[in-house]
Amino acid sequence: MTTETANGPRKKKKTIRMIPQARTPAHEQDPKARARNFKEVNCGYLVEDAQLEAERCLMCPDQPCVRGCPVNIAIPDFIEKITERDYRGAYDVITASNLLPSVCGRVCPQESQCEGVCTVGESLEPVAIGRLERWVGDLAIKEGWSNIPYIEPSGFRVGIVGSGPAGMACAADMAKAGCEVTVYEAFHEPGGVLKYGIPDFRLPNSIVDAEIEKLKQLGVRFECNTLVGRLFTIEQMVDEMGFHAVFIGTGAGYPSFMGIPGENLNGVLSANELLTRCNLMHAREFPNYDTPMQPGNRVAVIGAGNTAMDALRVCLRLGADSVSCLYRRSRAEAPARVEEIHHAEEEGIVFHWLVSPVEILEDGNRSVRAVRCVRMTLGEPDASGRRRPVPEPGSEFEIEADMVVYAIGTNANPIIGQTSRLKLDKRGYIATDENLATSIPGVYAGGDIVTGAATVIEAMGAGRRAARGMKAYLGLRDTDFVYQDRPDGAASTLFGIDRAEHGYARVRSPR
Amino acid sequence: MTTDTQTSGYEIVARQDFSEVTFLLEVRHPMLAKAARAGQFVIVMASEHGERIPLTIADYDRDKGTITLVIQAVGKTTREMQRDLGVGSRLVALVGPMGIPSHIGKAKKVLCVGGGLGVAPVFPQARAFKESGAYVIGVLGFRNRDLVFWEDKFRACCDELILCTDDGSAGIKGLVTEGIRQAIAKHPDIDECVAVGPPVMMKGCAEATRPHRIKTMVSLNPVMVDGTGMCGGCRVKIGEVVKFACVDGPDFDGHLVDFDDLMFRLQRYKATEREAAAKFDENCRMRSIPDAAGGAT
Repeated sequence: MTTETANGPRKKKKTIRMIPQARTPAHEQDPKARARNFKEVNCGYLVEDAQLEAERCLMCPDQPCVRGCPVNIAIPDFIEKITERDYRGAYDVITASNLLPSVCGRVCPQESQCEGVCTVGESLEPVAIGRLERWVGDLAIKEGWSNIPYIEPSGFRVGIVGSGPAGMACAADMAKAGCEVTVYEAFHEPGGVLKYGIPDFRLPNSIVDAEIEKLKQLGVRFECNTLVGRLFTIEQMVDEMGFHAVFIGTGAGYPSFMGIPGENLNGVLSANELLTRCNLMHAREFPNYDTPMQPGNRVAVIGAGNTAMDALRVCLRLGADSVSCLYRRSRAEAPARVEEIHHAEEEGIVFHWLVSPVEILEDGNRSVRAVRCVRMTLGEPDASGRRRPVPEPGSEFEIEADMVVYAIGTNANPIIGQTSRLKLDKRGYIATDENLATSIPGVYAGGDIVTGAATVIEAMGAGRRAARGMKAYLGLRDTDFVYQDRPDGAASTLFGIDRAEHGYARVRSPR
Repeated sequence: MTTDTQTSGYEIVARQDFSEVTFLLEVRHPMLAKAARAGQFVIVMASEHGERIPLTIADYDRDKGTITLVIQAVGKTTREMQRDLGVGSRLVALVGPMGIPSHIGKAKKVLCVGGGLGVAPVFPQARAFKESGAYVIGVLGFRNRDLVFWEDKFRACCDELILCTDDGSAGIKGLVTEGIRQAIAKHPDIDECVAVGPPVMMKGCAEATRPHRIKTMVSLNPVMVDGTGMCGGCRVKIGEVVKFACVDGPDFDGHLVDFDDLMFRLQRYKATEREAAAKFDENCRMRSIPDAAGGAT
């Protein structure tokens, strides 16, 4: 952790003046070219870029980045390994906390997490932690590295509902704790939102498959085409199918619409539908793949979150002439990552800030002709702390469009609620305690089905938190906890048992 | 437990062709057969490059561990299935049962109406009503005698059966609405009507029962991708509210459903579907040419 060792040579403490001042840029596809293909926009670092950028870390003792990371990756440690050219070591450090570096390096909102609190960022641009993480992850895939720890079977069986980021993170931790893990997925391929939602130009499906392969090496089994709740219930998993613990990470799939006139016209669809058709079902390769896609020449996407950015940029790549984003607040309030908005602008997406749709207009043939909008101004801050948009009277105008995509968030998916006696909260999400335990003993839940729509890394964080809870419930020792000799001796033990072991005594037997 | 079937698909154990376009597949999936209830549907993918298509479960056999699907070959995917899927072949994906099962209430006298392909999915409901002790009147509609199927299965679970054909070649001449009219005239005490078939037929049924204030449930089959509430493609207007057929349905009160809206929304992918079907025709022709040449030599 420290930059000096007792016997080794003392390293000179770095100062802000000693490090490369400018952030090492990542190689990106030219905006004009990439707006018409599905290849990755950000081509990542080369080894020399990674070396250079790693030098920018001050190795500060405070390590705010580690606290800023939802899964607490030992960020300075892995960066130090890069500077030492011990890339395998860097990979080992990351995978101790995060199984999916290639995914997280690409899709985490680092600017509001690790990079947002980076000490270097106080005076210069912060260290590009995400790009370094991605570089290490991609190198591991290329080199075929994987960290399969020695796993002592515990005899417990764990069922995981949903193979998205929350389920994958939970599955990894439970498998490492020696449990026999089965992951159920309703779609015909595992990966959840990483597969159906995030487009290839941001996260290639091959990367997701490579990361899933690592889970399989840990002994995790994936069962696709399985709709839990309907094929069998959560209660059946616990009572009849022999699962000692269950984790629900089904995501918040039930897209919202606004309830304005014209939403049922042909040409109006949710971002989820657009992205699923395009990404998972390969509609962009129609007719080689059978799933069709409505052609949109002038597309309007409502919303300015990351899903909206994905939808906008997918439409552009599908060949639309003009693609515009309608958002009722201003750019500063847009929930999407700054980098995504920047990329979208570079590619030629038109942004209409402070605009809210009031009606979708028909072309006389049950299809979309235009969107009637009203201009907004920002008033007092609302409950979310963002300034509330207020319509400007008499400011209505029309934006021509033949396709309208809704990306304004999702509601709780009702299937698990319909089919189990799990307690739900007022909005229909699954109610949990702080350890993510639900109202049924042994059943845990996390990710979007608990919190509502959030990010991939937050879902992974929830999956890991639930795994800790499940381990405690099963009486498995928390493998994250490092036991050390206590200076206070007897005071830290109770009946000769380390107090830290409290709660981890085996109380349940798998058989 | 089911890993092997998962990796290699779901085996078709029986096939029966009812007509030029309608065929039946019986697929092995013991868990699904155990979980299935009347009114639910599955989503099927016939090949790796295929689309996900929703199909209502026409029957299930818990002892044999199979479910039955009745398919009409109308578009590219279904025609390809008709051509390629025989006994022993496998579906790449089969997921379900989806949707809320039909509510089999305490109705004493029930009218079960099936039109064309809808005859198959109304069968489990007719049987469930019969098992719950109701007096079941079946009304089945086909275009002509050659298209009639499952008459025997319905005879076994219905107390009365009215067969309707457009040309009068079997049963009475006329649409199912004529059958409904006759049934209501004979039985003024019908509590409930269940209608499954093409949207225009279900609309007709709802209009036929509306003046008599008979509760009428219809099963909607709009365009959908995942079938789990995630895409919202299947949204339908029920009275003033918008519902997702896959997770809020597929059964809805026929007197509240906006059928015109449903029929328009079903046209969404018409153009691309036509393109795919045309390309499929072309491929079939291309394929048949070398075959013919091979036969000659």
